[in-house]
Parts: sequence; structure tokens; C-alpha cells
Amino acid sequence: MKATPTLLVVGRLYLALVLAFLYLPIVVMATMSFNTSQFYQLPIDWTFDWYVQLSSNQRLLAATRNSILVAMATTLIATVLGTAASIALFRYEFRFKKLFQAALFPPIAIPWLITGTAMLLFFFWSGIGRGLHAMVLGHVALALPYVIIVVSARLRGFDADLEAAARSLGATPWQVVRYVTLPYMAPGIIAGALFAFAVSFDQFVISYFLSVPGISTLPVEIYSAIRQGFTPEINAISTLVIAFSITLLVIVSRFYRFGDSR
Amino acid sequence: MALPDTVSVPRRGPSDARSAAWLMGPAYLWLIITVLLPLAAMFYFSFLSDVPIAGRNWYTTFSNYEAFFQQEFYRTLMWRSLRLGAEVALWCFVIGFPCAYVLAKTIKGRWREALFLLVIIPFWSNALIRIFSWTMVLRGNGILERFLAWLIPGFGSLDLMFTYPAVVIGLVHSYLPYMILTCYISLQTIDDSLVDAARSLGASRLTVLRKVILPLAMPGIVAGAVLIFVPVIGSFMEPRILGGREGTFLGTVIEDQFTAVFNWPLGAALSFLLLACVLIIFAVFQPILRRAS
Repeated sequence: MKATPTLLVVGRLYLALVLAFLYLPIVVMATMSFNTSQFYQLPIDWTFDWYVQLSSNQRLLAATRNSILVAMATTLIATVLGTAASIALFRYEFRFKKLFQAALFPPIAIPWLITGTAMLLFFFWSGIGRGLHAMVLGHVALALPYVIIVVSARLRGFDADLEAAARSLGATPWQVVRYVTLPYMAPGIIAGALFAFAVSFDQFVISYFLSVPGISTLPVEIYSAIRQGFTPEINAISTLVIAFSITLLVIVSRFYRFGDSR
Repeated sequence: MALPDTVSVPRRGPSDARSAAWLMGPAYLWLIITVLLPLAAMFYFSFLSDVPIAGRNWYTTFSNYEAFFQQEFYRTLMWRSLRLGAEVALWCFVIGFPCAYVLAKTIKGRWREALFLLVIIPFWSNALIRIFSWTMVLRGNGILERFLAWLIPGFGSLDLMFTYPAVVIGLVHSYLPYMILTCYISLQTIDDSLVDAARSLGASRLTVLRKVILPLAMPGIVAGAVLIFVPVIGSFMEPRILGGREGTFLGTVIEDQFTAVFNWPLGAALSFLLLACVLIIFAVFQPILRRAS
């Protein structure tokens, strides 16, 4: 259907309006993190004070360190386990395969409140306990399905004849994986790893239920700061976190084409 | 979200199953320990009178579920949460569908790719921080009220912060990208010649939308609505931050049982009732969801 020029303009204006709705609060927050007044006084009196204060806020720094540690551990474990599982799902036929694929959904589909409280209860009761190790356990469960989906999407375009060719030329099974399969999968694995990092780094609900006083991640610390009475440094750290996430996603988009039905 | 639909070479032998088990075992073992066992433990807890640790006096009982069915309070809460989920999903559709249409049908090439990325960036940035950023916009004498006062001199106060609408605004903002994404994907598959054919046969734009585009985009719309409805009925952080005292929903009450009241068995029972709702929704919409993926 050919849209009339007026409709086309209206459509684009509307799209711009929706994007403004999506970005407005983030932009407001980022702007306010440079404002001297912590009560949103306008016009803005620019300052870096909150960022300077941030660098001496031990609680937020410790939480940032924990967030990065947990995200790195999650990325490593989820990428290795997820890639291995994707290869198995791609290469082999076995019974209940559909069931195994469907089993990836609960961690994504069930509200995190339910998974989070269930983990809290089970980890506490079974003696696993709470803390950073428990968060890694939980985050990997959330990240695994994403890694498997992204890596499997990449594998779908893989021509198994390449492996057969390598074998017929005398490559050992390990050499086939090392020099043929893995290099082909690399973009998928990198995208999956970045997804896993983002999932863990931004995860709030699971971390919230598995944190113990004194040991928490950045989102948990931000949440308690908001609830206890907000400090302007929160604007500063939040702006940094958002900037970091956006950078990460732009990098992911180099490896994984969103909305592309390949 | 698409299932990892793998096209595999039909080679099947006894060693295949063993190799597959070695490759997949660790991942699935991990999921069993961190998802399946906790859910099973929670189901067990929901029938207990107290946390089963040394020094506590506990026995099995149905009283946690009875509390839900006998006390008006919990049913009202469940109803409030379901309504919130439906309202947020509806608003996301109203706002997101036209947006997805413009993106899928009128913009081409690199611009489309760039705009698409712009839509999903907020979706991948921290949910908590996005909700928090709304407090600055919505609060009394905040950005929104100042803007309106500047636009319309003498504009009074909105008092949006800590109200039900504030919670809806925050949640719509959080989940809108889901709806745009799923609608976009299903709109993309619609063949433009169908629309042209309907137009050339004399159908008005509105008729084409109603009789051709909406029915064909239905899988995407339903998938988006389900993907929004489910997390919204389990939300607790958004109502807490934006709703204040008005923000009491099933999710916040469950959170309270685990973090403030320490009545874990009741919390477990409420969680399971919430999970039951989620499963019913997935079961009902499963055929459409499968088509969407």
C-alpha cells in the first residue's frame, strides 16, 4: 500500500515521539547527574561533583566490583556450557530433543520473582547459602538459554559437509572442532558471551534475593539507596551503567543481527 | 523468541546419545540445580506451617493455600495484578503497534536497522535504573510538571508520583520494546501484494488494516502481549519505586513474605499461585505463540 506523503510524515513523527518516550527519562537522569542542585533546579548548573564523590563511595565501588566479578564468572560458565549444549542440539538426533529445547524456556519465561524466591529458599535450605557464589549459580541459569539460542542461530547456517571434508582429509575429531567448527561459530559465541555478561550485569531481581547484607551487586545497592532516600551519586553511577550497557549492545549488534530472520 | 530450531544431519548411533549427553549434561545439570530443584523445594514449602529448620516446629498443612482462597485481601491482590498486566499489555499494543508498522513498512535499509537498534537499546539497559529515572520526571515539581507549566502557564500539579498511573507509565516504558519487536517481526512477513490487492479491489485503508494487516499480525501481537503480561504480574520493584503506598500488588506481597515478614511458606504458596496463572496463560496461547516463533 503506497502511503500518501502526509501519512508518511505523520508516521515518522510518531516514531520520533515513541523514541522520545523511550529515551526521555534516561536523558533526564544523565543530565541531572551533572547538575549541582540535587533537587532538579533549572537551569542546570553543570558540575562533575557527583562523579567525584562517587569515586570515594566505598559501598558503591565494592558493589561495582562484585557486579563485574559475578558477570565475568557468569559469562565464562554460561558461554562454555551453552556452546557445548548448542553443538549437541545441532549435531545429534536423540530422543526427547524437543523436550530439551523446551526446557530452556522456564528460566526466561517464569517471572524472576518466582525463580528468585525459589532459589533463595532452596539455597538457604540446602546449605548452598547466599552471596556472590549463589548469584553466579542463578545468573548462569538465566544466561544459558540466551547463549544457546544465539549460538544455535549461528549454527543453523553451518554446512556439515565442511566437517566431513576436514575428516576425509585426515583431521582428527579434535582438529575438526578446533579448525572448522569453532572458527565458524566464533561470532555466535562472542555474541552469546556478551549477552550473558549483559544479562548478569543488569540482573536485579535474582541478585536482590540472593544478596546478604554487605555483599551485594550494583543494582541491589542502587535499589536500597533509592528506597532509603536517594543520594545524587546514584544518578552518576546509573548514568555510567546505562552508558556501559549501550556500548555493550552496540558491540553485540556487530556480531548478531537483531530482527534479522536468518 | 525462537526455539533453537536445529537442522541436523540424520546420523544416529549409540555413541551419538553418549556424545550428546557429555556435551549437554553440564548445562542441563546446572538448570536442574538452579531452577527445577528450587521450584520443587518451593512447592514443598508451600504446604508447610513453618520453615523446616532445626528448632522450628513445623507440620504439613493446606493453610497457606486456604489463606488465599478464604481471605478477600489476597484475591483482590491477584485481581489487581492481573488487571495491571492486562492494562500494561494493552497500552504497549496501542503505542507499539503503529510504531512497528511504520518501522516495518515505510522505512528501508540502513535507517531501519539503526532505528531498530534504537528501539532495543533501552530494553537491554538496566530495568531498575530506567524505572528510577521516571521518579525524576514524574515527581511533584519534576520535569513533566515543569514542562507542562512552561507550555500552559498556570498549569496546576499532576501529583502522578506514587499513584497507579505512575506504575503503569513505568511498566509500559519498560516493556514497550517487546511489543514493537514482536509486532515488527510478524509485520515483516506480510506480503505487500496482499495489501495492494485489497486496495485495488476497493477496500479503504481502515478496512485493509482491520481485515488484512491485523489478522496477519495477530501472532506477533499475542506473543508481545503474553511476553509483557507475564513479567508484569510478577513485578515488585516497579510498583515499589513508582507506586509507593498505592503500589501493593501480588508481587510486592510475595517479596514481603521473603524479605520482611519471613513467612516463607505463605510466600511460596502465593508464588505458586502466580506461577499457575503464568502456566495457564502459556497453555492457552501456546498455539499462537508457536506460530509466532
